[in-house]
Amino acid sequence: MRASRIGLTLSYILLIILSVVSLYPAVWIIVSSFRPGGAIYSPTFLPERWTTVHFTELFTDKSFMFGRWYWNTLKIAVFSTIFGTLLVTLVAYSLSRFRFKGRQKVLSLLLVLNMFPNLMALTSVFLLLNQFNLLDTHLALIIIYSCGAPVLGMFVVKGYFDTLPLSLEESARIDGASHMTVFMKIMLPLSKPILVNSAIGLFVGSWIDFILARLVLRARENWTVAVGLWELATNFRTANFTMFAAGCVLVALPITLVFVLLQRYIVEGLTAGANKG
Amino acid sequence: MQRKSILAAILSLIAPGLGQLYNKQWIKGLIFLAIDALGIWYFAGHLYRAVWGIVTLGEKKQQLVKVGKVYKNVPGDHSIQLLVEGLIILIIFFIFVWLYVLVVRDAYKTGLIREKGGKIARFSQSVNALFEKNFPITMLTIPAIGILFLTVLPILFGVLIAFTNYSGPSHVPPKSLVDWVGFKTFVDLLTLKTWSHTFWNVLLWTIEWAVLSTVTCYFGGLLVALLIQQKGIRFKKLWRTILLLPFAIPFLCSALIMNNLFNGEFGPINQYLGYFGIPKIGWLSDPSWAKLTVVLVNAWYGIPVTMLLMLGVLTTIPRDLYEAADVDGATAFQKFRSITLPRILFITSPVLITNFAGNINNFNAIYLLTGGGPMTGEYQFAGHTDLLVTWLFGLTYANNKFNFASAIGIIVFLMIATVSILSYRQTKSFKEEDLVQ
Repeated sequence: MRASRIGLTLSYILLIILSVVSLYPAVWIIVSSFRPGGAIYSPTFLPERWTTVHFTELFTDKSFMFGRWYWNTLKIAVFSTIFGTLLVTLVAYSLSRFRFKGRQKVLSLLLVLNMFPNLMALTSVFLLLNQFNLLDTHLALIIIYSCGAPVLGMFVVKGYFDTLPLSLEESARIDGASHMTVFMKIMLPLSKPILVNSAIGLFVGSWIDFILARLVLRARENWTVAVGLWELATNFRTANFTMFAAGCVLVALPITLVFVLLQRYIVEGLTAGANKG
Repeated sequence: MQRKSILAAILSLIAPGLGQLYNKQWIKGLIFLAIDALGIWYFAGHLYRAVWGIVTLGEKKQQLVKVGKVYKNVPGDHSIQLLVEGLIILIIFFIFVWLYVLVVRDAYKTGLIREKGGKIARFSQSVNALFEKNFPITMLTIPAIGILFLTVLPILFGVLIAFTNYSGPSHVPPKSLVDWVGFKTFVDLLTLKTWSHTFWNVLLWTIEWAVLSTVTCYFGGLLVALLIQQKGIRFKKLWRTILLLPFAIPFLCSALIMNNLFNGEFGPINQYLGYFGIPKIGWLSDPSWAKLTVVLVNAWYGIPVTMLLMLGVLTTIPRDLYEAADVDGATAFQKFRSITLPRILFITSPVLITNFAGNINNFNAIYLLTGGGPMTGEYQFAGHTDLLVTWLFGLTYANNKFNFASAIGIIVFLMIATVSILSYRQTKSFKEEDLVQ
């Protein structure tokens, strides 16, 4: 029994070390965001005096309009999530439940599209947006995120649909329900977990995307929080690290909340993706 | 009256809609005719120029022309604009041709029904069919258009660029024209000494990185899961939640935070090491350390997800297997080796392969942390931790080497395709499951 006692103690020590490593970066950045002054270096872990000045600065400063950026990001993320989830569902449902000519080809095409590094598409997406006068608009981002969703997220949702029993739909069809009714009344409620999961993915994805957003959004007042954070990190970090820390907390907070609150669905999506591909 | 179907098809071939009118489907016929007229009117003006643009990529250079007494810049053809516009028009044209075929077929089928004396579908019935018989096609239409223009077109464009000489400083529109050069970019990439040296080294590191990051996350996750799942450990849920936290912070934020934590000059990690008398380590500025750092940070972010996955898989292993092993007097390690590990490997091998493919493409992990650096003069526009994808990004946005970037993109695609074929072949959702209709 002594051997297992030692083993357990070692395990606890290991778990504690791992927990510290897991929590440390987050705690450090939160603490730093409340520290007076701008330097990254600090002799003590906890500040001697706590201040919220960096947060207020981010909202009131001329070059940092976090209030406005929050609003922009929220708008883009919400619309992209709604439309993207809708499109993912449509594509996944059609490909999972119907056998039509060219279905195999569509599946293969989606697979192949997924294998290209998506950065390769950036240049022409930019040219395309320019062509349709959509540069520097939020609409452009919403369209791209939503239309990208079926390519990226279709297979997980389809995998989930594939596992749902057919009998319910069949009996509804026999009772005379239309495909649309079957879809809305039976499939959607049954697949809530995976849809929530894919919606979270879309929301987070559009919240933190800084590459495309930086490319498309030119005017400062149109930026999203991720672009703002990128700017803080690259151009202001050395001089004003604490402000970057505050920005980081502001950007991460909503996402972390979403993850914690909807943890159940994320776990479900992970395992669904693993078992069903 | 045997020829109704053929006649209807021929009429629709001449002008889509005529066949439908002949079949007395008035509204449908008129709608098709209108679409047809619109299409012909549009393509008459654009199709030739689109094809010309793609084939020649423009012929007229931007020139200085003397107008009166001053030289004026007369814009020439913008090769890249021509290529994109051409592709857009061609895609629309193919959609049009496809519709054309459908309309002819529809006329033929309706003609057949008439020959057999059947009832012709009324307009409302045709519309209804869109939501019944042709439901999947109808549902796929809107997403398909989006995907066609925002994913297929850009990728097609990206692929084509690799076969041009679109690169700075001498071939960037609007100043100068771009030309098709065939496989020259690939040949240059693999044979020109400066490029090939960079390419092979970056490729080697990309593979090293993909293996290291996949293995660390996979086995790290497994070990942490086993640690929590152990008999006798209390507060399992609490540990799980704490260790899951890195996953809940967006990677954009945590990578930028890590970048500061590992800062060689002022970062707290070097500061703490200093308390133990350890000299400052160039976590992000020394080539070898930087490679280690990116793998570590990636593990920090990736292990929680694998842990979650593994915890799920561990619960699916039947208890009686372990009980039987206990009866046989197996040690903990033997149980792990003969029961746990094979099971886990069997269930999660597709995930392992997908993760490997994903890591080849893991742009954020490198770009946010080191930006590819530390840079080196030995490489062509690349640094020691640059992956193929981050190199691609740098070539495009910092150095205007668009053709090389595209060629690298195609090579990444080939790598991932090879890996993915192994994995997707096994997954259920790609196989033709015959449980449906």
